[in-house]
Amino acid sequence: MLADFFILLKQELVVTAIIFLLLFIKLGKDRSNETLLGIINLLLFLNFASGFCCSQDGMLFNDMFHTNPLIVLEKNILNLAIWLISLQSYSWLKTHKHVIEFYLLLLSTLLGMFFMISSGNLLMFYLGLEMSTIPLAAAANFDLTKRKSSEAAMKLIISSAFSSALLLFGISLLFGTTGTLVLTELPAHLSANPLQIFAFILVLSGFAFKISAVPFHLWTADVYEGAPVAVTAYLSVVSKAAVLFVFVSVLYNAFKPLADVWYNMLFILSLATIIIGNLFAIRQDNFKRFLAFSSIAQVGFILLGISGSSQTGTASVIYFILIYVFSNLAAFGVISLVSAVKGKENISDYKAFYTTNPLLSWVITIALFSLAGVPPTAGFFGKFFLLTAGAAKGNYWWIGIAALNMVVSFYYYLRVVKAIFMDSNEQPIEKISIPNYSKLALIICVAGIIITGLASCVYDYIYSLSSGL
Amino acid sequence: MSNYAYILWIPLLPLATFLVLGLFGRKYFKTFSGTIGTASLLASAVLSIVAAYQYFFVDGKVNGVYEKIIAFKYTWLAFSPNVSIDMGIIIDPISVMMLVVVTFVSLMVHLFSLGYMKGEERFATYYAFLSLFTFSMLGLVLSSNIFQVYVFWELVGVSSFLLIGYYFDKPSAVAASKKAFIVTRFADLGFLIGILLLGFYAGTLDIGILIQKLTNAASPEFTGMATASFLGVSALTWALTLVFMGGAGKSAMFPLHIWLPDAMEGPTPVSALIHAATMVVAGVYLVARLFPVFSMDASALNVVMYTGAFSALLAAVIACTQTDIKRVLAYSTMSQIGYMMFALGVSKYGGENGLGYMASMFHLFTHAFFKSLLFLGAGAVIHMVHSNEMGDMGGLRKLMPITHIAFLIACLAIAGIPPFAGFFSKEEILTAAFHSNKMIYGVALFTSALTAFYMFRLYYSIFWAKEAHVHDHHGEGTLTMKLPLIILAICAVGAGLVPFSSLITSDGAALETHVDMIFSIAPVTLAVIAILIATAFYKTQNDKPAKAAAAFGGLYRAAQHKFYMDELYIFITKKIIFPLIGQPIAWVDRNIVDGFMNLLANTTAKISALIKGFQSGKVQNYALYFFGGVAALAVVFIYLWK
Repeated sequence: MLADFFILLKQELVVTAIIFLLLFIKLGKDRSNETLLGIINLLLFLNFASGFCCSQDGMLFNDMFHTNPLIVLEKNILNLAIWLISLQSYSWLKTHKHVIEFYLLLLSTLLGMFFMISSGNLLMFYLGLEMSTIPLAAAANFDLTKRKSSEAAMKLIISSAFSSALLLFGISLLFGTTGTLVLTELPAHLSANPLQIFAFILVLSGFAFKISAVPFHLWTADVYEGAPVAVTAYLSVVSKAAVLFVFVSVLYNAFKPLADVWYNMLFILSLATIIIGNLFAIRQDNFKRFLAFSSIAQVGFILLGISGSSQTGTASVIYFILIYVFSNLAAFGVISLVSAVKGKENISDYKAFYTTNPLLSWVITIALFSLAGVPPTAGFFGKFFLLTAGAAKGNYWWIGIAALNMVVSFYYYLRVVKAIFMDSNEQPIEKISIPNYSKLALIICVAGIIITGLASCVYDYIYSLSSGL
Repeated sequence: MSNYAYILWIPLLPLATFLVLGLFGRKYFKTFSGTIGTASLLASAVLSIVAAYQYFFVDGKVNGVYEKIIAFKYTWLAFSPNVSIDMGIIIDPISVMMLVVVTFVSLMVHLFSLGYMKGEERFATYYAFLSLFTFSMLGLVLSSNIFQVYVFWELVGVSSFLLIGYYFDKPSAVAASKKAFIVTRFADLGFLIGILLLGFYAGTLDIGILIQKLTNAASPEFTGMATASFLGVSALTWALTLVFMGGAGKSAMFPLHIWLPDAMEGPTPVSALIHAATMVVAGVYLVARLFPVFSMDASALNVVMYTGAFSALLAAVIACTQTDIKRVLAYSTMSQIGYMMFALGVSKYGGENGLGYMASMFHLFTHAFFKSLLFLGAGAVIHMVHSNEMGDMGGLRKLMPITHIAFLIACLAIAGIPPFAGFFSKEEILTAAFHSNKMIYGVALFTSALTAFYMFRLYYSIFWAKEAHVHDHHGEGTLTMKLPLIILAICAVGAGLVPFSSLITSDGAALETHVDMIFSIAPVTLAVIAILIATAFYKTQNDKPAKAAAAFGGLYRAAQHKFYMDELYIFITKKIIFPLIGQPIAWVDRNIVDGFMNLLANTTAKISALIKGFQSGKVQNYALYFFGGVAALAVVFIYLWK
C-alpha cells in the first residue's frame, strides 16, 4: 500500500525533495553561483531520468489524484523542458543574486502542474492551476532592475486573477447543476442545457487564458516581452504544455456529453487563434514578442488536433508538444544566450548574425524551420499528424484555412532566417562563446528536432499509451 | 532466414564514411580521406561478396528456386494498415548481384581515384560525395518498398549532381550537372506518378505484395487496374510506362538521353562509377525489379522494347562520329543499356520464355566490368595527355602498356568477341531477340557490328594512328591506378563464365541455356569484319575515314551533331514552350497571380495594422476583451447555435 503510494506519487515526491534540498542549501553556507547551478542542473536531470522508472495506474486521496503511464510521460516531458530551460539560463543566472529562489519558484509551479495533470476532481485541478500560476508571476519579476519585468509580473497576476475568478464561477455553476466535481462522474450529469453550456464556457475560458487562445491571449505578448527569457520560455512551453495535457483529457472525458458544443467552440477559437496570432507575428520586431505570437498561432493548430477527439487526437497533441518543446527551446536557447551576453532582443539586431555566429544561426534556423513545419524537421510531422487528426472529422474548411495560415507563417519565420543569413549589417552581434550547459541544451534540442520526426517509434510509443484516454 | 542482418552494414558503411568525411574530412584528415573511403568500401565489398556466396550457394535456394528474402524491415510512415512507407532490405538474385556490382566497381573507382584525384583541393569532399553516391545506390538496390526506391532514386540523382558538378568553377561542368539533374528530375516526375498509380490501385507500396497482387490476373487489384482506362490506355499500362519513364531518364534512353554526353564533364573515375555500372543501369534494374508486373502487360513491355532498341541503334550511330573519347564511351553506354532494355522488352516471365530477362541481367553484369574498365582506361589516358580529344592522342601503346592491354581486352569484350565476357551476354540477348521479334534481332545485330567498329576506331586512335608526341613526365600512373585496370581486365575476361542462367532468372528457377554455335556465327563474323574495317581506317593515318564520311554525307553530319537532339530540345523549349506557353503563363503570373498575392499581402498588412489597437498594453482592456470573448461565446452557443 505504502509502496503504491510512493510509486504513484514518485514525480511529485522527487520535485518536493528537490525543493527541500534547495531550501537547506539556501540556509547553509554561501556557495558560488557556478556550483549551485551545477548542482541544480544535475538534480533536474535526475528528476527527468527518474521519470522513466516504474510507473503504474492508480488513484490516491479519494480519487482526487490519478495517474497512468501517459500522465507519467506528460509530466516527464515537462521535466525535460524545465531541465533544458535551466541549462540555457546558465549565462543569465550565474551573475544573479537569487538563484535558489528562482528555482524554488519554478519548481513550485512544476509541482502545481503535476497535481493539475493528475487531478481527478475539478477542485484539485483548480488548486494545481493556481499553484502553477502565482509563483510564476513572481518569477516573471526576476529581472529585478527592469521596470518591464515588474510590469509583466503585475499584468500576469492581475490577468490570471481575473481568469481564475471566471473559472471558479464556472466550476461552482457546474457543481450547482450536477452536484459533483469528480471528473469521472461529471458526464453522467451533463446534458447540454444552457446553464451547463454557460458554465462550460467559463471553464473553457480559464483554459483558453492559460494556453493563450484568442481572444483570451492579450496578456501573452506583454508578459513574454517583459519577463526574463527563461521565464518566457517556461511560460510558452512548460505552462502551456501542462494546461494542454489537462485540456485534452478533460474535454475527451469529463465533457464528453458536450462534444458537439466544444467541437464548434474549438472551431471558432482555433481559427481566430491561428489567424490573429499570425497577423500579429508578422509585425513584431522584438524576438520574444515574435515567438509569443507565433506560439499563439501554434496553439491554434493544437486545438485543431484536439478537435479530432480520438486516440490519434491525443497522440498527435502530445507528440506535437514534445516537438514544440524542442523547437521552441532551441530558439529560446539562442535568444537567451544573446540576450544575456549582449542584451539584444530585436530581430533587426540579428541581421548578418550568420557572419559572426554560424553555429547559433544554424540552430535557430533549424528551430524556426521546425516551428514553421518544413520537412524533414520534426515540426512538419507534428503539424501533419495534427491536421490528420483534425481531418478525421471532415471539416475541410478548417483544415484549408489552417493550411493557408501555415503559408503565412512561413513568411514570418523565413523573414527571420533571411535577416540572419542574407541581410547586411555593419555591426552584427559579435561572436558569442557558448557555455557548456547551453551547448548541451542546444544539442539536445536540435537532435530532438531531427530524431523525433524521423524515428517513427516515438509517435508509435505515444500513440500506444494514448489508448487509455 | 534473417541471418542476413549484416547486409545492413553494406550501405551503412559508406553512409558513415560520407558523414565523417563530409563533416570533418577537410579539417582533420585531408590526405587520409581517400584511404578511409577506400577502406570502408572494401569492407562493404567483402560483405557483399559474402552475402552473394551465402545467398547463391548456401541458403538462398528453396526447392530449386531462389527466394525473395526480407532481411530487414522498419515501418517508417504508416498511412493505413496496408499502405506504409517502409525502410527494408530485400534479398533476391538481382539485388544480390547488384550489391556485388555496385560495391566492386565503386571500390575500383575509389582505388583508382587515389592516384587520379591526388592533389585536388577538395579531395576529402570528392570522397565524401563518392561515399554518398555509393550509399544511395546501395539503398536503391536493396529497397523493399517502392517509395523507398523513389527516396534513394532521388538521393542518387542528387549525389550524381554533386559529382558531375565537382569542378564547380568550370561553367561547362555546372551546366552539365544542371542538365543531368533537370532532365532526370523531369523523368522522375513520371516515375512518381507511376508509383502513386500503382500504390493507389494495388493498395500497397511494398514491392513483394504489389507484385503478388498485380500478377494474379484474378485479383480485384489487377482487374481494377487493367480495366480502368485513361485516353484509351489502361491504368496498368499508364503506371508501368510512367515508371519506365523514370527509368529511361536515369538510364539515358531516347529521348531522355541528352544529359549523358554532357555529364562527362565530371571527373573521369566518376563517369566510370555513375555512367558505366551503377546509376545508368538503375532504370534497367527498376524494370527488372517490377518485371513480373511488366510481364502482365504487353503494351508496356513493347514500349520498353522499342525504346531500348531504338536507343541502342541511335547511340551506336552517333558514337561512330564523336571525337571526344569520353563522349564515345557515353554513347556506347547508352547503346549497351538499350540492349539491356530491349532484352527485358522481348522477355516473358518464367521458364524458357524468361531468357531475355536473364540475358539482360547478364549483360548488365558483364557490361559493368568492361565499361568501367574502359572509362578508367580513358581516365588514365586523359591523365597522361591532358585532353579528351582523340586528335591529341595516338601511339600511346608503348607509353602505357598496361592501359593498352586492359583497354584492348575491354574493347574485345564489348565487341562480343569470344571468349570475352561481352560475347556470352550479348549472345543470350541476341538469341532471346531472335525468338521473339525478328526486326529487333536485325537492329541488334547491326548495332553490335557498329559497336565493334566504333570501339576499335577509338582504340586505334588512342593507341596507334601516329607516333606519340606526348612528353612523358609521370609514367603510366601510380600503382593504385594500374591495379584497378588489371583487376577489371581479369573480370572482363572471366565474367562471362559465371553460370548466370542457373543463378539469376525471372522466376528464380534455374534455366537451361545452350549457346548455339549457329547463332554465334553471324554476330561474331560481323564484329570481326567491323574490326577489320576499323583497322583499315584508323590503324595508320590515312584519308579513308574522311572519304567514308564524305560518302555518308548528310547522315555523317547529322550523327556528328547527335542528330540535332540538343538543338531540337532547345528549339522546342525556346521557340515553342517559352513564347507560346511560358510567356502567357508569365503574364498571368505577373498580373493576376502576383496581383492577387499582393492584394492578399496588403490586406493582411492592413488588418494587421488595424487590430494593433487591441494590443494596447492596458490590463483593464485585456480583461474587457476576455469578458467580451466569454459573452460572445455564450451568446453564440446558447442562443444562436442549435
